[in-house]
Amino acid sequence: MSIIIDDKLCTGCASCVESCPYSGIEIIDNVAVINEKCNLCGACVEVCPVDAIVLEKEEFKVKKMDISQYNGIWVIAEHYQDKIQPITFQLMGKSRGLADILKVNLSLVILGSDFDNLLEEFGKFGADEIIYVKSPILKSYYSDIYVKVLSDLIIENKPEIILIGATSTGRDFAPRVAKRLNAGLTADCTGLDIDINTHNLLQTRPTFGGNIMATIRTPNSRPQMATVRPGIFKSPKKSKREVHIRKIEPIIKEKDTVTKIVKIIEKEKFSVNLEEAKIIVAGGRGVGSKENFKLIKKLAMVLGAELGGSRVTVELNWLDQEQQIGQTGKTVSPKLYIACGISGAIQHLVGMQNSEIIVAINKDPNAPIFKVAHYGIVADLHEFIPALIKEIKKVKSVL
Amino acid sequence: MVKLHNVLNSDLNLKIFVCVKQVPGVAEVRIDPKTNTLVREGVPSIMNPYDRNAIELALSIKEERGAKVIALSMGPPQAEEVLREALAMGTDEAYHLTDRAFAGADTLATSYTLALAIRKILKESKKDETYLIICGSQAIDGDTGQVGPELAEELGIPQITYVQKFNFKGDKIILERAFRAEEVVIIESNLPALITVLKEINKPRYPTMLGVMNAYEKKKIIQLNAENLKAEKAKIGLTGSMTEVWRIFIPERKGEHLILEGSIQEMATKLCENLKDDKVL
Repeated sequence: MSIIIDDKLCTGCASCVESCPYSGIEIIDNVAVINEKCNLCGACVEVCPVDAIVLEKEEFKVKKMDISQYNGIWVIAEHYQDKIQPITFQLMGKSRGLADILKVNLSLVILGSDFDNLLEEFGKFGADEIIYVKSPILKSYYSDIYVKVLSDLIIENKPEIILIGATSTGRDFAPRVAKRLNAGLTADCTGLDIDINTHNLLQTRPTFGGNIMATIRTPNSRPQMATVRPGIFKSPKKSKREVHIRKIEPIIKEKDTVTKIVKIIEKEKFSVNLEEAKIIVAGGRGVGSKENFKLIKKLAMVLGAELGGSRVTVELNWLDQEQQIGQTGKTVSPKLYIACGISGAIQHLVGMQNSEIIVAINKDPNAPIFKVAHYGIVADLHEFIPALIKEIKKVKSVL
Repeated sequence: MVKLHNVLNSDLNLKIFVCVKQVPGVAEVRIDPKTNTLVREGVPSIMNPYDRNAIELALSIKEERGAKVIALSMGPPQAEEVLREALAMGTDEAYHLTDRAFAGADTLATSYTLALAIRKILKESKKDETYLIICGSQAIDGDTGQVGPELAEELGIPQITYVQKFNFKGDKIILERAFRAEEVVIIESNLPALITVLKEINKPRYPTMLGVMNAYEKKKIIQLNAENLKAEKAKIGLTGSMTEVWRIFIPERKGEHLILEGSIQEMATKLCENLKDDKVL
């Protein structure tokens, strides 16, 4: 894309200068001139009273693009406090399979600053290539810098698929990159597959609050971008693999960002770490009150489990937001999930149905939760759980 | 939580755009098991709940320091209802982007269309004006949260998503962004900017009687179609969308189901035995 100013038409009125959010246009010798700060947003095109500014678009963006130029799968790594986050490895595990189907390379893309010594280790998670963009400023997450670095990298390398964690970071930069590239982006996927004939990525996600699943594809353009929900795919086992490392060190300065991080405040840590918990005890409306949740907590304590709940328990302030499991909360996949007084709306099931063993305790025999449960107990939880706690204590004392 | 500075600066001439969406009341959406399609009949439509928080924030800024609050919605003719509600809550103006050509838009096409309307309105603005765009963090039907950032990119302005606290600091805005469970990031930005808000940011007001009357009798909803917006056909609606829905289905439920029987005590014993055999206890 490029922006063109017709200097015969331009009157030097400077309307464009005022309209530009990036100071990307100035008046020199009574004529508007674009400088390097321009990001082709087109704001000036709109305001020019004499239509002297034209935004010219590349041909392929209008015509059908040649998608065969695009090749390979990229996983964009997410890190926090210098640690690569589990979602990155989950994406690697899934993508390795997709790359094998497509017979293409899998690249892990890391934007960061302190990973030099860890790259070999990351290679064991299935990557053919690691692209490491290194700069001190990439230690923290700046929306606009991430977008710029990634977009430039994608334009240059043309991967056909780009996978990003559906986290507060991924969901912040992915749409902006997609817009810059005019690429299709599917949010919060819970299933990924390949149509081998067309190389289309089949992106499945819950929609309408999780009541319905939709499979989305991007048939006529590349790259195909998706954000993927954490906790859905499993991290792969490490294996030896030859990995090609590409290190890029661009010069990025703090003033390149328009927003400024003033302060980062660490919140008081809850003991809640549902995503990595081995055992979860969760309560629903059937628990009845905040007071009654003590019983559920007791069960969790006896089991050494984390405590979670359905959406309604958070809305009623029985539990904290961090403890919500389901479509609008967390997705969990523990070895054991005990659902107490949870009816099993699809919105909840989406968040826990990958658990290895599901136990449901509910007095309504028709509750949908029983359809996903491995063991169902049709009983009043207030009677059953005390009995269960006793039994568990017995079993534990034997061990 | 830190206390944010609040420095009033009345020199700033501010327009606030709030993007709102009409969504089906989610819990009510059902699938017809025979045809495997959405049953839309009888499903009430509501304003996306997060958008109500966006309107509330815009109105509170207006009350505190003065601003013109403009609600925008792209959608079919009936989406006028949510704009009427926005006006009743207290927004000054409402624009309804409606045209058959907009139908089937994915987030790319939607953000393009919204940007055209905002540019058109800004073009008619005074020179010393700046603006803020507020969106809900996501809509409860699609749950993508993509339109906000894509709109910011289209307009070339900064974005701050998932905002849970907002304030002014001189001519700048200063915000708390929810970032992971463990962290809150405080971010400062210049205007113009786009923010998306979480429901924690405030408690939306209800329209007053007078507000409702004004919304129907005094205020008008301005309709804009593709032609008014000089929209490029290749960038709107289905044509302008890169993604397409290939298949819609009801989620499969897996698992073997064993309903335990007996007295409370018997069931507790059986469950523990089974869980021991499964090596989870």
